[in-house]
Amino acid sequence: MVKLNVNGHTHEIDADPETPLLYVLRDDLKLNGAKYGCGLGQCGACTVIVDGEAAFSCVTPILLLEGKKIVTLEGLGTAENPAPIQRAFIEEQAAQCGYCIAGMIMRSQALLQKKPNATEAEIRSELQPHLCRCGTHMRIIKAVKRAAKIMQGKAVNEAAL
Amino acid sequence: MKAFAKAAVRLVAAVVVILALSILGFIGFASRSEIPAITPAQRGSFDASLIKLGSELAAVGNCATCHTVPNGKLFAGGRALSTPFGKIYATNITPDPTSGIGRWSEAAFTRALREGVGRTGEQLYPAFPYTHFTLLNDADVHALYAYVMSQEPVARATPSIELSFPYNIRTLIAGWKLLYFKDGRFKPDSAKGEMWNRGAYLAEGLAHCGVCHTPMNALGAERKDKHFDGNSIEGWYAYAINKDPPAPVHWTEDALAFYLSHGWAKDHGLARGPMVEAVENLRSVPGDYAKAIAAYVASGMPEGKTSARIQESAAGKETAAIMKLTSADSLTSIPLEANSDMGEKVYRSACANCHEAGRPLPFGALPLSLSTGLSGPTPQNATNVVLYGLQPRPGERSPIMPPFAAAMNNAQLEALLEYLRTKIAVKQAWPDAAAYIRKARDPATMPALFPSPGIQKAHSAQGSATW
Repeated sequence: MVKLNVNGHTHEIDADPETPLLYVLRDDLKLNGAKYGCGLGQCGACTVIVDGEAAFSCVTPILLLEGKKIVTLEGLGTAENPAPIQRAFIEEQAAQCGYCIAGMIMRSQALLQKKPNATEAEIRSELQPHLCRCGTHMRIIKAVKRAAKIMQGKAVNEAAL
Repeated sequence: MKAFAKAAVRLVAAVVVILALSILGFIGFASRSEIPAITPAQRGSFDASLIKLGSELAAVGNCATCHTVPNGKLFAGGRALSTPFGKIYATNITPDPTSGIGRWSEAAFTRALREGVGRTGEQLYPAFPYTHFTLLNDADVHALYAYVMSQEPVARATPSIELSFPYNIRTLIAGWKLLYFKDGRFKPDSAKGEMWNRGAYLAEGLAHCGVCHTPMNALGAERKDKHFDGNSIEGWYAYAINKDPPAPVHWTEDALAFYLSHGWAKDHGLARGPMVEAVENLRSVPGDYAKAIAAYVASGMPEGKTSARIQESAAGKETAAIMKLTSADSLTSIPLEANSDMGEKVYRSACANCHEAGRPLPFGALPLSLSTGLSGPTPQNATNVVLYGLQPRPGERSPIMPPFAAAMNNAQLEALLEYLRTKIAVKQAWPDAAAYIRKARDPATMPALFPSPGIQKAHSAQGSATW
């Protein structure tokens, strides 16, 4: 049994402690926000936030995670009441197929929590480990800049994004 | 009594006079003349082939690494170098007439490179490696001058030095030079071949390998008795590259040449930390620079055989077999501490998936029995790599290792390092891993991070026989 704190709730997980977090999230907890992409920490689709930092859940065994706070896409907001970062991604229509977007959102969220005024260069550099095959990168960058404004309660200047 | 007092006064006076004369003499010795300013040369006035040679030499000399801030204008200076004595800033070496070196004649430029004296006669801090550049020949200095003077002038004042007393007194650098600096061009060794001599000229001179790879004394001078013996720099460990390198597989001249021009080698893994900048520069130039440096450096390394265990591993045999061999090798096997059960589990569940997959480098991961990070003298590099991973190089193909700083706490990382060190590298546990981990995590002391090396030929990186 491994005790995991996910999105503010504690779960007793009946799985081998060496199981990657991603499998536990999707198979045991039915949280399907984080996606299986490469399974090797090379694409970013499985990204979640652990103690405030972005982490690849596909290469993180749950035995490392007892006592840590895990946040997944589901922990940010809901379809009815999306979090600022989710709202920004919707407003910019930053997804095409959407497979990479959960990961992009989680890393952007972690970035903006640490650096509310992250520059475009910082956003680009932070999102380097994330692959998007549809090519919506420009919209993703705009969405993160938009989210930064929304989070700080600032007016969004469309022309300046 | 009176006579004694008089004698004492005379003695004191004599000492004062001698001291004053010595100080005056030293100042006289330390002060260098100004070389007159020139009207900045026309940027188009230099020969194109000379500029091209200069650009290669500047790359091999890693000039831009210090003289350019990340994402800043080329050679406009301003990059802070932290020393134990405070901060200094690399200068603007663009041909801007006021904030750069546009008014420097070639004579002034040459004196700075070879003697560490600025145009107006000021002593230059030895963070500028004139201790190495003094070996440069006339033709190369000439080409470097042509190249630097052909760059875009950038008006950007260099920040003032932030050194504590007495290190902020430039005149004292002359005293440092008396002790640790010898002005003189490279002298070839006639007993050695042309390639070796070219390599020695480059490695000891322009490429200044010793700045990172040779331990320094308390005053920041390289220790001649510990040439290339390994050193800690910018939060990373630059391994020994002399007769006692820690790599599990001995380096060969070919492997080293490949590594220096590609940023990775089959039996050794990827360059990381500050070495990435060096290999990025070397891979950007045509010709035999890397080959020559490899010929020289490899000649000082041991040739002997690598252990059977490592040979198996290098040959790409099933890692499972290697692991079995490791634990069966009772002579070298070291008992696990209590920690290692946790360490082994972490390795199996977080690391082995890539490191035992058998996919070829550079995009596949190195079998860790070949890792110099684990067989080296300190846990510094292994700690840095597990915490921060190998970050992608923006806009280029480059290998990635995911960072584990968020997922692993200090105790988990310590357990992992102990397992890797004792069971995979099969060496005595590092006694001070916990301290290294704390330091690497602390934002005030964390290592400088660099993206992993760019890989030029993705098509041949898929395990083709040529590699």
